[in-house]
Amino acid sequence: MNTLNHLVIKQLSFSRNQRLLFDKLDFQFERGKITAILGPSGIGKTTLLKLIGGQLPVDSGEIIFDNQAIHNCSEKVRYQARQKMGMLFQSGALFNDLSVFENVAFPLREHFNLDESLLRTLVLMKLESVGLRGAKDLKPAELSGGMARRVALARAIALDPELIMYDEPFTGQDPISMNVLLKLVKQLNTSLGLTSIIVSHDVNEVLSIADNVYVLAEQRIIASGSVESIFNQTDNALLQQFLLGESDGPVPFHFKAPEFLHDLQEVNR
Amino acid sequence: MIPLFFSKVGRGTLTFLELIGRACLMLWIALSGKPHRKLFPLFIQQIFQLGILSLPIILTSGLFIGMVLSFQGYYVLVDYAAEQSLGSLSALSLLRELGPVVAALLFAGRAGSSLTAEIGLMQSTEQIASMEMMAVSPYKRVIAPRLLAGIVTLPMLTLLFNVMAIWGGYLIGVNWLGVDGGAYWSVMQGSVDYLPDVMNGVLKSIVFAIIITWVALYNGYYTIPTAQGISNSTTKTVVIASLLVLAMDFVLTALMFGA
Repeated sequence: MNTLNHLVIKQLSFSRNQRLLFDKLDFQFERGKITAILGPSGIGKTTLLKLIGGQLPVDSGEIIFDNQAIHNCSEKVRYQARQKMGMLFQSGALFNDLSVFENVAFPLREHFNLDESLLRTLVLMKLESVGLRGAKDLKPAELSGGMARRVALARAIALDPELIMYDEPFTGQDPISMNVLLKLVKQLNTSLGLTSIIVSHDVNEVLSIADNVYVLAEQRIIASGSVESIFNQTDNALLQQFLLGESDGPVPFHFKAPEFLHDLQEVNR
Repeated sequence: MIPLFFSKVGRGTLTFLELIGRACLMLWIALSGKPHRKLFPLFIQQIFQLGILSLPIILTSGLFIGMVLSFQGYYVLVDYAAEQSLGSLSALSLLRELGPVVAALLFAGRAGSSLTAEIGLMQSTEQIASMEMMAVSPYKRVIAPRLLAGIVTLPMLTLLFNVMAIWGGYLIGVNWLGVDGGAYWSVMQGSVDYLPDVMNGVLKSIVFAIIITWVALYNGYYTIPTAQGISNSTTKTVVIASLLVLAMDFVLTALMFGA
């Protein structure tokens, strides 16, 4: 395996409720790079992150993280691998009954017997890195959406992971929060040397910070490569429709239906 | 028609077996192996949530049920001039049947529904998923302390329910209806045996506690993570747990007192 690749997915197939989501897909995530996974809603982008994290079992294929197969490993190995991964959930997934400080301290308390002063230092450092040290005593309910995601980000990096996965990090954010998050993702990636996977459908925002891109549609990868190469694939109509956000094209505006005239005649009959 | 019927039965059976398998697996993972490092503080926290917070409804219901039982019992017994046996009637019916069953039904409504809603909400807000991704087992961190706390709490609540109900019976029987206080206690003392009456009731409440907590935790953990899904799971917990308690009460009564 190429050592440049931190995570490799081979021939991944997965279906849910008898609906095929992925059909023999291959991905390679380079160490220390930001890889964006783009695609329309409902295509299975979040599911892909859950498959990488071992929260869902694959139907077939291989997932190799840090040169270790994690798709069919024991529970113990899976939990060890998860200690090297961080994930920012779409909702933030903060524990409502804990303060911001305790949310970030949670993984540290769970895995290590740290002295309280050392723990406090670590948590304050993580909160400082996302600019929310001053909010340490607030409860999640008192935070704005953008702040909650930044706290969740601080918690996701609390165990100093090697790989971090972002699930729709920019959805529903105002322009200021979005820019703050974009800056943080890029900054953390560079300063901590993280391998980052961002799942999103905010094309322009994600592509402004990504190194590599995969675009998913119709159970397959319709385009992959560097950001520049994606924009150069002008002959790929589906890709162009997605990148430019056109309402009609290979993905039609109208849902499959009989002729309009036929339906109108049915009403008048 | 007939193949369709068999197909439906087959699918239903498979779904049921899958449910049983998942529920048993959940219990096994939660309780086997190395316990969570903070199991004891989490357990104490749940004792408060499930036990202390259930006290008002358990004690109040116990008091009223004891009072009603005393009223009804008195008017039956007085026809046979046996009203002095009121203490015995109240204590035996409470310790053997009413105490464990009514306390369990109340526990299912108060604590069971709250467990399902809490864990269901944790599922819908991805808190359980985030715990998994932080390499923390939700079975050990969330399920195990609640299960153990439920098993410890309900028998204690049942005993307190019984105490309140017997006192409620005394208030009505002795202070209102004029039964002799000494007779109330002494007849009770003479007719109640520690093992067959008190301990069988406790044993029943331990079984009921396992059923209710298990059903509640399962329904919460495997809920459909939407508002409607959580609402359905909470209702399902109360209905299924209550029916299982009543069915199991019949089985246990037959085993304990039938021979």
